[in-house]
Amino acid sequence: MAAAHEEAAAWSEEAARRVWGGAVPLQVHLHDADVTALPPPPPFLTLGPRIGYLPLLIPVIKAHFSNALPPGVDTVWFEYKGLPLKWYVPIGVLFDLLCADPERPWNLIVHFRGYPSEILSPCEGEDSVKWSYMNSLKEATFIITGNSKSVMNMSQADQVALWQSVTKGNLDGYKNISTRLKLGPFEEDGLVQTASTERQQSSDEPESPGPGRPCRVPVRFYVRGVQEDLEDIEDAMPVSDWESVSYINRPFEIRKVEGRSYITLGHALQTLLPEFFSSDPQNAEELGSAGGGSDTTNSSRSSQEAEPASASLREATKQAKVKLVRVQGIELDMDIPFLWVANNLKNPEYYLHICVYVSTRKQ
Amino acid sequence: MGGSPVGDGTLSLDGFNASATALVKRWKEIEVDDSLPDWTWKPCSNLGVPSQVEGYLALEGVYRDCGGSQIEEEDSSDGADVGYDTWVQSSSDNIHVYDFHVVYSHSYKVPVLYFQGHRSDGQLLTTDEIKQDLPSNSLKVLSESKWTFITREEHPHLSRPWFTLHPCATGDWMKLLLEESKVAYEEQSPRYLPAWLSVVGQAVGLKIPLELHCKS
Repeated sequence: MAAAHEEAAAWSEEAARRVWGGAVPLQVHLHDADVTALPPPPPFLTLGPRIGYLPLLIPVIKAHFSNALPPGVDTVWFEYKGLPLKWYVPIGVLFDLLCADPERPWNLIVHFRGYPSEILSPCEGEDSVKWSYMNSLKEATFIITGNSKSVMNMSQADQVALWQSVTKGNLDGYKNISTRLKLGPFEEDGLVQTASTERQQSSDEPESPGPGRPCRVPVRFYVRGVQEDLEDIEDAMPVSDWESVSYINRPFEIRKVEGRSYITLGHALQTLLPEFFSSDPQNAEELGSAGGGSDTTNSSRSSQEAEPASASLREATKQAKVKLVRVQGIELDMDIPFLWVANNLKNPEYYLHICVYVSTRKQ
Repeated sequence: MGGSPVGDGTLSLDGFNASATALVKRWKEIEVDDSLPDWTWKPCSNLGVPSQVEGYLALEGVYRDCGGSQIEEEDSSDGADVGYDTWVQSSSDNIHVYDFHVVYSHSYKVPVLYFQGHRSDGQLLTTDEIKQDLPSNSLKVLSESKWTFITREEHPHLSRPWFTLHPCATGDWMKLLLEESKVAYEEQSPRYLPAWLSVVGQAVGLKIPLELHCKS
């Protein structure tokens, strides 16, 4: 048993190293309108860490283009095929979501003027990104422990060190501080090791939830529609506006169910996105085959637990079909244990970001 | 979906929906100032598929004259029957129109206020223009805590930046508020939104009729 635990820990260690080491090769072009030099400057090649954020690359990009920039105040933003990129979404997630066929290098356009403030929330460089990161971490902490105290009570020095470790990709430094937040890992029995469960043992505050409290996993979904008749995912039409991506920021609640061994990714998706992951056998079969075969116990379990789909949901399901599920650049098997995914493929703000491609019929 | 007890200051999704329905209904029954429109319920949709259970509350088209009637507004805080019709006389440049949305946060299990303002020509108001319309108290808090009070963030259902009031402490003060008002446990869910609105409305200068809190 101890050996099995050790092996699992070694696997987790390896997964975290790979997530933290993951990067997207970027080829950044200066937007034509911002070019004030002849000949125009060559594009800038760099690696964008998957867990990183685009504004953190601005200093090196700006240095590269400095001779070609117009005078005045910069308001930097990035664009891919006409779509302004949300700076608060991790680079890896943007890539997985917007590049159906992973394009390497990923060709982005950088703008230094004309910030699209009706589409993107304002960004004041690294300060904004840090704040957004800490906010997400606080939210994830609230989801997992029922309050944000462990983050709120962090010393200023620890906050700075934690943020530095994320921007520098320093996994060891990150773990030193983040383990003190006591946010997991999620255990297969549906419980999670948190600061609040420890506190419960020492004091019995009336508001502290009982031991039967469900475990909540922070999940953010990005659901993108692609053409219904799409044969190759590479042929997906580029995302032209953010309205055509459904963003769903909703924790996944796990309740302990007698006799259940574990929850698969497929089951978690079905619970969180019933509109797209129907429990009807035909669709389940398709999902199973797409994910490499499903066992019978799995499908009978999901049909028992899933809420009966209403008529309109059934209608919607006919129109929508899941084509692809991508996490950290990996197309995942639907039978993989969900908590393994959450524990090992999460981003450093404790969120699991899942990109889903759904084929939709044009109405 | 956990039917989380309201006793800890949070609200389940069902509780939010019930409270929203009650608010829309009650708002129509009571005497509301003429300048305030009705609340409406907007269903959320994922890739064009409208959700059956999820939606948000909207109060859209709230007029505010920012050219001098601010003082009069302050004076009339004790009576809901004082008209705000002075805006009609002002130049249209000074009229700001606000939209308020109340969205349920699954993470914090509380309602979250999103708002934005535009001029009569449709131009969105900038942060500085919005600041001019905020009550002085909020301006003070805003200057002290730039990152944690009112910020511009993505509206979760519209994918566009809106102003929002940070929700992470909502559960804590709602718990105190509901305890204070001695609302019976089983009545807390429908009474949640009026109580919540009385606080967040004050922060953004949205006047909530007192009658909303009275039993129908």
